[in-house]
Amino acid sequence: MIIKQLSIFLENKSGRLTEVTEILGENDINISALSIADTAEYGILRLIVNHPDKAVEALKKSGFSVNLTQVIGLIVPHEPGSLTKALKILSSANISIEYMYAYAFDSKATVVIRTEEPERAIQALQEHKMELLKASEVYEV
Amino acid sequence: MIWNEHFESMDREELRKKQGERLKEMVDRIYYNVPFYRKKLQEIGMEPGDIKGIDDLRHLPFTTKQDLRDNYPFGLFAVPLSEIVRVHASSGTTGRPTVVGYTRRDINLWSEVMARTLYAAGASKEDIVQIAYGYGLFTGGLGVHYGTEKVGATVIPISGGNTKKQIQLIKDFKSTVLACTPSYALYLAEAMEDEGISPKDLDLRVGIFGAEPWTENMRKEIEDRLSIKAIDIYGLSEVIGPGVSSECEQQNGLHVFEDHFVPEIIDPETQKVLPEGETGELVFTTLTKEALPLLRYRTRDLTVLNYEKCECGRTSVRMQKCLGRSDDMLIIRGVNVFPSQVESVLLEMSETQPHYLLIVDRVNNLDVLEVWVEVNSQFFSDEIRKLESLTARIKGNLESTLGIGVKAKLVEPKTIERSMGKSKRVIDKRQL
Repeated sequence: MIIKQLSIFLENKSGRLTEVTEILGENDINISALSIADTAEYGILRLIVNHPDKAVEALKKSGFSVNLTQVIGLIVPHEPGSLTKALKILSSANISIEYMYAYAFDSKATVVIRTEEPERAIQALQEHKMELLKASEVYEV
Repeated sequence: MIWNEHFESMDREELRKKQGERLKEMVDRIYYNVPFYRKKLQEIGMEPGDIKGIDDLRHLPFTTKQDLRDNYPFGLFAVPLSEIVRVHASSGTTGRPTVVGYTRRDINLWSEVMARTLYAAGASKEDIVQIAYGYGLFTGGLGVHYGTEKVGATVIPISGGNTKKQIQLIKDFKSTVLACTPSYALYLAEAMEDEGISPKDLDLRVGIFGAEPWTENMRKEIEDRLSIKAIDIYGLSEVIGPGVSSECEQQNGLHVFEDHFVPEIIDPETQKVLPEGETGELVFTTLTKEALPLLRYRTRDLTVLNYEKCECGRTSVRMQKCLGRSDDMLIIRGVNVFPSQVESVLLEMSETQPHYLLIVDRVNNLDVLEVWVEVNSQFFSDEIRKLESLTARIKGNLESTLGIGVKAKLVEPKTIERSMGKSKRVIDKRQL
């Protein structure tokens, strides 16, 4: 259930994001989710891709600071109140969320959640029959 | 005006004789009281009796900043600690400061050479001297302070910073002499302009500026904007502090107080004394200092000496404004900074690698130091607050080692140029 997310340190310079996507494209890596956290001087690009290890290798070779972070993918119905329900499960299990990003399409929404305790989060969510994204749905073997 | 006509205008032959006698006594003292020097002299087979005159100086061993660090804190003192009445220190590599000590006679000597400096700058007991050099372990504030009292002028010991108050006191106390770093003088000029104060309405007439390199253009700007005469003074804690040499009102080279501090110019590579008129590294021997006598101390400052008699009447040798450094030391806001200090801070922190770049700039006439540190995959966290706390820790550690404010910035790997396998560590953007 744990999904490997790529985290890439990027200085706020024009063209850096393009370089990352170019390298991934050249290596035949497909991006399924993306988010950028930014500060005044730098940003952190977070990506979910189909071949995470291969992507890390390719980016490192090009001199990027990149590492893998464990995240979980939560699937909730695209309707009012569904996210609250999931978040309540985590907060009552005392699991704090470092950050998250989400996108809704058709009848479902996918939420990528980063927490210090992904295993406990998975357990808590599964106990409440919440739908989670499987690694096999994200990666290509 | 000349404070000590006898020594400052002495016939050069007579002066050299005096220097020779004093050197003999000095070598005698260090041979018997400082094991470090005894060992060095024995290594070259020299005994105090071998010194016949000042010309023998060139055969004696050098002293470096590293020697002071190796003997931290008091290892090079030539008197027992009970005779030391004051200690000053400057920031040093890996947190070890360079420590200097003074006996009561050394403090008197310091006051004497600073009194000479004030007179050379055209100040006297009629003046009100605002001392905006920092007071404390730094030698600037207290050094100028004692000399000013010796001259009998009125001291305003305001120390550095607090610009609003500086301006208020210049106005209300009618200060006539300002002592600070040249960059702070420009900063004050700007602050006055912002407040709508015209320097022409003030009583300031002389500035005694030193502790950092500055150019003739900067002098012109300070003189125009503050409507004063700007005098360059030179000194370093190891030799005594401010008061090693000073310009006179001719503003044509800094008179070295040679009866106490003997300058030589050497080739920094071969360490050979260079012929008169050639530019090289300035070396000082302290003839009379008791607590910390130094033999041929390598300042790393580059300059040239001029032995011609000055129009002011002084016969003492003049050194040109320093032209640069023979090592990588930076002087930022009057504080000595070595790139190696930054390196050791980064090496001590497990998350950082010693890939860094120092960017020195002058913004609004104040020096600013930015340190770029490369983020690598090992310590890179994907959470902003962890990166921010890392930045804050880098900043804090650097500031406590360097003793000045630092801006730390994280940059991508390989941002910092590697040339010939060795990184370029410093970009100095200051227009000097």
